[in-house]
Amino acid sequence: MTAVSARAAGPADLRERPGVPIRLDGLTRRYGSVVALDGLDMDIAGGEFLALLGPSGCGKTTALRAIAGFDQPDAGRVLVDGRDITGVPASKRDMGMVFQAYSLFPNLTVAENVAFGLRVRRRPKAEQTARAAELLDLVGLADRAARYPHQLSGGQQQRVALARALAVAPQVLLLDEPLSALDAQVRVQLREEIRRIQLELGITTVFVTHDQAEALSVADRVGVLRSGRLEQVATPDELYERPATGFVAQFVGTMNRLPAQLADGHVALLGVRRPLAGAAPAAGSVVALVRPEALEVSAHPAGNARVVTRTFSGASTRVLVALPDGVEVRIDVASASSADLVPGAAVTVTPAERPVLVVADEPRGEGA
Amino acid sequence: MTALAESVAGAGGVAPETPVRRGRRGSGAWRYAVLAVLGLYFLVPIAASVWFTIRERDGVSLETYAEIPGAEGFTEAFTRSLAIAGLTVVIALVLMVPTVVLVNLRLPRLRTTVELLTLMPLVLPPIALVVGVRSVLAWAPDYFFGTPLAEAFFALQEPALPWILVLVYVVLALPFVYRALDAGVRGADLRTLTEAARNLGASWPRVLVSVVLPVLRTSVLNASFLTLALVMGEYTIAVILGFETFPTWIVRISGSQSQLSVAVSVLSLVVTWVLLLMISALDRRRGTKETS
Repeated sequence: MTAVSARAAGPADLRERPGVPIRLDGLTRRYGSVVALDGLDMDIAGGEFLALLGPSGCGKTTALRAIAGFDQPDAGRVLVDGRDITGVPASKRDMGMVFQAYSLFPNLTVAENVAFGLRVRRRPKAEQTARAAELLDLVGLADRAARYPHQLSGGQQQRVALARALAVAPQVLLLDEPLSALDAQVRVQLREEIRRIQLELGITTVFVTHDQAEALSVADRVGVLRSGRLEQVATPDELYERPATGFVAQFVGTMNRLPAQLADGHVALLGVRRPLAGAAPAAGSVVALVRPEALEVSAHPAGNARVVTRTFSGASTRVLVALPDGVEVRIDVASASSADLVPGAAVTVTPAERPVLVVADEPRGEGA
Repeated sequence: MTALAESVAGAGGVAPETPVRRGRRGSGAWRYAVLAVLGLYFLVPIAASVWFTIRERDGVSLETYAEIPGAEGFTEAFTRSLAIAGLTVVIALVLMVPTVVLVNLRLPRLRTTVELLTLMPLVLPPIALVVGVRSVLAWAPDYFFGTPLAEAFFALQEPALPWILVLVYVVLALPFVYRALDAGVRGADLRTLTEAARNLGASWPRVLVSVVLPVLRTSVLNASFLTLALVMGEYTIAVILGFETFPTWIVRISGSQSQLSVAVSVLSLVVTWVLLLMISALDRRRGTKETS
């Protein structure tokens, strides 16, 4: 694992604690009639960076709060390093957490904020100071130690919150949508930095987000939640290439839904036959799930599809095409070869030569 | 930023609205007119009082003010009122800080109930409250005669430090204390702050002392000040229960030494203002410390 070699750069006593595994065992939580967690089972490996992804209300934050000890599950257990901590109060769980809202103590300086956990633990003053400096250096804010939180930008505040969470050398790092209040550029920068630090320290990390791009870009594995249950947990590549369910396929990345026919292990769509990927849900009429980059489009005077819009985004260009039956599909093409795909142009659309994932013909957007 | 620049910036705060409105010049003139009328309304009685206290047959003198410390009964009444005020502030805060925090963080369902309860003293006329208290004080020692409870009821009415007044004033102060604290709790994201502190290993008492109180500092100061002002000016209840406090003393001496009683009133007004200024200065100092 690359994390092991990269660890050498981190503060010494953080590295002495290798990441511990976490197990969620049948976690259930109801708020009145709303089921936030519905028997959630999950294994998180030691040192792993796991993202919990899902639409709002899917239970991802409830799961994180159950791990942190802020929310008591109605049933089920949380095990850290094999130890059942379900009944342990939040203050004794030895976890660092970064919150969605800005959570720095407004009356303390940046350095005092970072040292707070050590002060609570009655560590010597010298150690507190040294440790705060070390952690602020890790997040690149050593020169802001004497400032107060309100003098920092949102991104800087979240960096300090990260330093504060890590200062006590916790067993587990919990991130509750820490980037969602920040603007786009800072988000990307900070998520990469979080990943860098996580790899340096090798700390088991659970990252809750509703932003699939964020989850896919930083996590070792991504767990997709829906209605309090785990739909799929897999590496970003696998999640993108081989979504286990229609929900995952719809939620992760952009997915076109095309009417198709399933017969003898092959999928017939757009007038061609392609091999079937995965299991067949039902014979006959199905819905084929096709990524924008798995469709080919070319201008052709006799083509029966029409370009609706064309969105340039650097190296690639996304073209929205209306098929003869009215279905609209999104197709990504290299910008260099998209010059003649202007709105109104007649085109032909062909699925790429690769296996196609299909789901039963269910109503679009179900459960999302 | 200097105080002047700050006040200018503060005045600029309302500017974005005004340019779109018509007749801006007219509304400006109105503003000054209203300010002038209000100013006269408040200042004329105060100025008259001050003039009354310093006017002598042969000119102007501050002699009346010099007489205050030595006036018969002043020191006792004033220190008694201060002690009652201090105790009221402490008890009200000890009761309400945890209540407000609990209601906001753990028991949001009880919010309406607590709000209604704390509003009761405003709805209930003080005269009704004090008549009720007086009946109980008259009835209880007889009823509990010979038990420690009767002794307790006598102790409550000790003229040197009437605890019964403290208890009644705590009730009267509830609406102000609750509102001031609640505004502070809602202004800060106290839930996230306490969770962050818990996550870092802080116990609940620690969270209260290290996180909640510093965040609520301004609201606690406001609540204390309102309570202090309330107690230092409360007359009805004290006089009906028959205790001498600062306000009842002023009224008592006004018959024989009218100039002195007005001078004391003016002085107490000044003291109140000074306290108010001190609180806002404390807040501002924190502000500048943080921005420098």
